[in-house]
Amino acid sequence: MFPRPIEQQSRAVQIGYQIALPLALILWLLPLIGVAITSVKPASDLAAGNYFGLPSALAFSNYGDVFTNSPIGQYIWNSFKVTIPTVIGTLILSCLTGFALGIYRFRGNIWIFFMFVAGNFVPFQILMVPVRDMTVNLGLYNTTTGLVLFHVAFQTGFCTLFMRNFIRALPKELIEAARVEGVSEFQIFWYVVLPLMKPAIAALAVLIFTFIWNDYFWATVLTTSKETQPVTAGLYSLNGQWIAQWQLVSAGAIIAALPPVAMFFLMQRHFIAGLTLGAVK
Amino acid sequence: MTHAGTQSRPQHRSWWRENQQKLTPYIFLIPGVIFFLVYVIIPIFESFWLSGFDWDGLGEKEWIGFSNYQELFDDDAFYTSLKNNVIWLVLYMLAVPAGLGIAIFLNQKVRGIRAYKSLFFFPFVISQVVVGLIFAWFYAPNFGLFYKLIEWATGSGIAVLADPDLVTYGIIAAGLWPQIAYCMILYLTGLNAVDPEQIEAARLDAAKGFKMLWYVILPQLRPATFMAVVVTVIGALRSFDLVSIMTDGGPFGSSRVLSFYMYEQALSEYGYRMGYGAAIAVVLFLIMMVFISGFIWKMVDDERKGL
Repeated sequence: MFPRPIEQQSRAVQIGYQIALPLALILWLLPLIGVAITSVKPASDLAAGNYFGLPSALAFSNYGDVFTNSPIGQYIWNSFKVTIPTVIGTLILSCLTGFALGIYRFRGNIWIFFMFVAGNFVPFQILMVPVRDMTVNLGLYNTTTGLVLFHVAFQTGFCTLFMRNFIRALPKELIEAARVEGVSEFQIFWYVVLPLMKPAIAALAVLIFTFIWNDYFWATVLTTSKETQPVTAGLYSLNGQWIAQWQLVSAGAIIAALPPVAMFFLMQRHFIAGLTLGAVK
Repeated sequence: MTHAGTQSRPQHRSWWRENQQKLTPYIFLIPGVIFFLVYVIIPIFESFWLSGFDWDGLGEKEWIGFSNYQELFDDDAFYTSLKNNVIWLVLYMLAVPAGLGIAIFLNQKVRGIRAYKSLFFFPFVISQVVVGLIFAWFYAPNFGLFYKLIEWATGSGIAVLADPDLVTYGIIAAGLWPQIAYCMILYLTGLNAVDPEQIEAARLDAAKGFKMLWYVILPQLRPATFMAVVVTVIGALRSFDLVSIMTDGGPFGSSRVLSFYMYEQALSEYGYRMGYGAAIAVVLFLIMMVFISGFIWKMVDDERKGL
């Protein structure tokens, strides 16, 4: 283990470490802590210049105000309407492509694989003008469907990479044995491989949920009205309306951050397994 | 009649049975490949083509050849964006060593360390829009925490986001926060997989501290470092959210980056210039290609060795 385990060090070092840990954490999360405190401050505190002290009263009403005075509830609903179908669509497509590329040897396998990988690395801004134009022509501009279709396509690149590498690592003997038994290829996919892919599916589901929930660029490019905009794009316009009402901005920001944060803490192991794929050989 | 029917069915079946191993991968690939071609691969080429037009997104396209690029090379705003992109790229790289540092700091087995690790990772989970708002509050003139700290230390505060010379650095600092968290988690996973026997052997040879890190640990962390560099380069070149939410490119356009400038030109309130926007996107793409080809080269290489 590197560095040397702290239990092997002197008592003083151990105590020093135990003190340094929380201090470092507070320092690291300082901006976030500040915003969390601001979000429960009464407006009068901010007006009176009490920016850093503890709130004079806990004004959870800020959160209520955000919901009653702004369409944030609608924005959050839109975010779900974009995120959940994207997660499902991407998982279906990438299970199929990952299976094809991970199990079979055929001409062009590696080139199709690299098409997905390379497409996944491009600065997606280069897609903006054509994708926006296509979405307008399909009559899907400013709809959540238009946004979902693009996200599904783009995320399929990353997910194919992930699924294919995962399937590659499965024991080949299982599939060979099934073939000897006369099991058809479709049945191998459904009954042999798919059940083994559960961890990969869970990891990708949380990752894609977070990525799509947090997407801002495509939300601003493909949607414009409060009936369709996800919460990231919504926060941008609310920020413009709430100039200097930091208690509202902070509360809004925290509300928008909650779903992916909850997802992360519930599914931490899967999340990190997905993110660090390839960090170890 | 029934005779013919029963005969043709098994024949069809056996044809499928013989060929199903060959055909199945293509059947499985079709939906994913079509989606990816239509929404990702073809639009890349379309952008190249569109960059030769003068087009407002609605009316007729007018072919103007390389005029968009000619205009670009005389455009001060383009150079500002390009320069900022380079600054982003260079400073964003700090996330890699910083992430490694925090990972080493946290790679212990004391009580509650798991919670510390996830809380350190926290900034990566929240949206860049929220990160942008948090840092906008942090820097806010007259009452932001950062402003107050500077005021307390030097006597007068600095409004980072209103200063054309500092604004880009202020935004990059905000971007580094989640990026460091990302690199940290990659290195924590990497450190977990470091071979303990090699470390013990090196300890017997009296290697420790920085020497140990450099000669024994870092070589074993190469996959993690590779990943961290890749995601950091991509993150730096894609930077858009923070610029948009924190400054909208301002003050006086001094915090623009290429992706933001492209968006501004293509969909600006003074009329859409799709062709010009596409030309900016092409430049961004070419910069990225330099890096992508390196990454892909390495991946193809690994793949060949693996096969």
